[in-house]
Amino acid sequence: GAMGGSASLIPRDLLGEYQELTFLSKQEILLAYKRFSELLPKEERENACSARVPKSQILMLPELRANPFQHRICHVFSTSETQDDSMSFEDFLDMLSVFSDSATSDIKSHYAFRIFDFDNDGTLDRKDLEQLVNCLTGQGEESRLSSAEMEQLIQNILEESDIDKDGTINLAEFQHVVSRSPDFASSFKIVL
Amino acid sequence: QEPHGAAPVDFLQELPSYQSARRRRGGTQERRPSLLGTAGSRGAPARALQQERGELADRPAREQPICMAEKRRARDSQQAETERLSRWKKWKRTSSKSLKRALSEVQGLASYLVLWRHDIHSIEGKFGTGIQSYFSFLRFLVLLNFINFILMFSFVTLPTIISNYGTFNSTIAYISSKNIDDICTIYEPSGNKGLVYFYTYLQDLLSGTGFLEVTSLFYGYYSIDAVWISIMRYNLPLAYLLATFAYLALSFLWIVKRSVEGFKHNLVHDADPFQSYCNKVFAGWDFCITDPHAARLKHRSLQYELQTDLQEEKLKQKIAERSMNEKLRIYFLRIFINIIVIAVLSGCFYSIFRVTVFSQENSIVSIRNDTRRDLIKAVNLLVQYLPSIVITLANFLGPLIFSFLIGFEDYTPAFEIKLTLLRCVFLRLANIAVLLFSLWSQISDCGSDKCKPCGYNYKLYPCWESDVGREMYKLMIFDFIVILAVALFVDFPRKLLVNHCSWKLVQLFGHKEFGISDNVLEIIYGQTICWIGTFFSPLLPAIATIKYFIIFYVKKIVLIHTSKPAARPIRASSSNFFFLVVLLIGLLLAFIPLGVSIARIPSSKACGPFSNFNTSWEVIPDTVLEFPTGLQHMLFGMASEAFAVPFFVILCIIMFYVIALARAHKRVVEQLREQLVLESRDKMFLIRKITEAQR
Repeated sequence: GAMGGSASLIPRDLLGEYQELTFLSKQEILLAYKRFSELLPKEERENACSARVPKSQILMLPELRANPFQHRICHVFSTSETQDDSMSFEDFLDMLSVFSDSATSDIKSHYAFRIFDFDNDGTLDRKDLEQLVNCLTGQGEESRLSSAEMEQLIQNILEESDIDKDGTINLAEFQHVVSRSPDFASSFKIVL
Repeated sequence: QEPHGAAPVDFLQELPSYQSARRRRGGTQERRPSLLGTAGSRGAPARALQQERGELADRPAREQPICMAEKRRARDSQQAETERLSRWKKWKRTSSKSLKRALSEVQGLASYLVLWRHDIHSIEGKFGTGIQSYFSFLRFLVLLNFINFILMFSFVTLPTIISNYGTFNSTIAYISSKNIDDICTIYEPSGNKGLVYFYTYLQDLLSGTGFLEVTSLFYGYYSIDAVWISIMRYNLPLAYLLATFAYLALSFLWIVKRSVEGFKHNLVHDADPFQSYCNKVFAGWDFCITDPHAARLKHRSLQYELQTDLQEEKLKQKIAERSMNEKLRIYFLRIFINIIVIAVLSGCFYSIFRVTVFSQENSIVSIRNDTRRDLIKAVNLLVQYLPSIVITLANFLGPLIFSFLIGFEDYTPAFEIKLTLLRCVFLRLANIAVLLFSLWSQISDCGSDKCKPCGYNYKLYPCWESDVGREMYKLMIFDFIVILAVALFVDFPRKLLVNHCSWKLVQLFGHKEFGISDNVLEIIYGQTICWIGTFFSPLLPAIATIKYFIIFYVKKIVLIHTSKPAARPIRASSSNFFFLVVLLIGLLLAFIPLGVSIARIPSSKACGPFSNFNTSWEVIPDTVLEFPTGLQHMLFGMASEAFAVPFFVILCIIMFYVIALARAHKRVVEQLREQLVLESRDKMFLIRKITEAQR
């Protein structure tokens, strides 16, 4: 439906609450609602606010479909009890809030850490970094770095960011190194 | 390094630091037990956790990294706390909240006004943030030029036009020529008189002569001393000069503000922040890419970049191991090539100088009204445009020569790119400087008493500011024509040729890469000309605005239809920084010719608002003399040496203090880092000891 139609589907106080609890503006929330309800089958669109969208549908959004971290993003932001990575509308808003222009760099780096932590153990160790680099260079055998190059690269990364030299990067070290990275704010951004 | 593997995992997981990291991220997955209930068994750790929770809860709910349901809970508990606060604090909090809400509404509305928001967003989705930063930069220049135009128009052109047409009861006081030799005031701008052919208009449009010379486009039109609107006296010369300073200052402040915004950085560190591996890996992927094809290209370019950087590191090691002989050989080679580069630059400068002098002396102005022979007119137009043509040629050939020569100097690839870029920037900006220098040498050519009565070469240049304005106007028009012509006659045919013709040579050329640095240097060159030329031709910013507006669409079409992405990924932050630094250099370069024209060269006595003054700058001391005596003394005091020298000394002292402070901070940071490493080793050691003791 038109933009005016979707405005009436989110109750006013809920809209105000979302504005308060996220970094999104009113237009962005309404646009997010429109895009979210398009992912639902027709009969469920009425109560989009309380519906859950399965992961396969979320990954069809253009903003996520080309993203190598798409599975991690769904996993980190999903509050599903059954751990199936499905997202509700509020999870979707959470995600957009973190990736929006006005989010603080603190919260961005926090969630970036969680997204890059592939084994969910609270630190970025060598295996996590290896998987991260493989995500960056692309899937497929010919697009991976050789093991010598990978070793050299991980060594360099740890040298730059591992302050206490324990071989892993914890949250504080990650946030410290990212705060000095000039590209982070502009690249860690999704705008619908 | 000591082996860490011996420490058992469960001990590590009980450490307070690990617990707090888990808690911060595990808000959704884990239902942690309420710690208040187990206060007895945990004691001190529980109190520390509570303290941390308290600190976290001070931040507004949306800044906490938790899910929406938890944010609601946090906000409710914050509100409950607010109820318990004093009246004053409660009012402060609610008013700041409503203020923030109002601001966000205004921002939401303002976002609709942003120019080209949708275009830039789609470019970002298909090509990444590096190329998007180029288009954002174009948008910034359009806005900057538009504001400059509004400034000059409303303070200089509008009063003149109003008074010329007599609206609002305004009267004019024309400049009375006192104390000036009559011979200096002869100025016959030949606007077209009588019947002229249509192509004369076109020729005039292209060369800024004829009917354009008497319009408000050029300096010569503003020969008004003051405008009286009812009882207020509007001092036009003062307004002209102050508007010039205002637009320069505005441009400077805006550029500085923009460069600080994107560059919140600790410059104390030695390592180059743009080249760090962490920057390339953690901030490597543009999350805004929506096109799968673009994503594939991005993957490839990231792989290429990481591999090249790793190879470069190995190369650096090899360089460090060079023998003495090799080093000497390479240094000699570099000096030799630098001499060649300087020779090339001097060749460019000399040819620009000669061509400008030739063009100024031989452009036959009087022949315009003569209706004979079109060939002479065409040749005349060519002679007038000769400096622009030579500059454009130099700007085109120079970078090619530089990128050829740098192959012999044996630098690392990243440094090669930087050095070539630096040389190109210098070439482009110095070309403009040489053009202006040659113009000035003509105007102040005082051999054989050519400038005796008036201070400048009055025979050739009765109104020299309009002439300089005309040169800048021609440069700008020619630059625009060249950009359009290259897009139309080089880029599109190249694409058609590569797509349909399968000769080896053609395929070797390949598709055109969208070279950001070349495009940016082109634009900065145009903008520097605009800045210099606005004093001599107040409507130039309007032309620049329209020019950049059209260039946006031209470049967008060229990008989408003919370019292939660069092999090396372009990063938004380093490109932004580079654009703004070079733009700032261009602006500072523009200060020099303007300073010389305003303060050193006598203003022309035959036209313009400053014909009563020796130099254009004199308006200001004259106005200051009309202020009350106290203010006068203060202002003159500030401009004297008695003030300037102590001021300079104090500035130096402050600078040294700040540098010393930065060095002290750096030392402390190093010590703390070493301390952290030791603490971590101690921790591992103790854990191992405890585990051994437990067995």
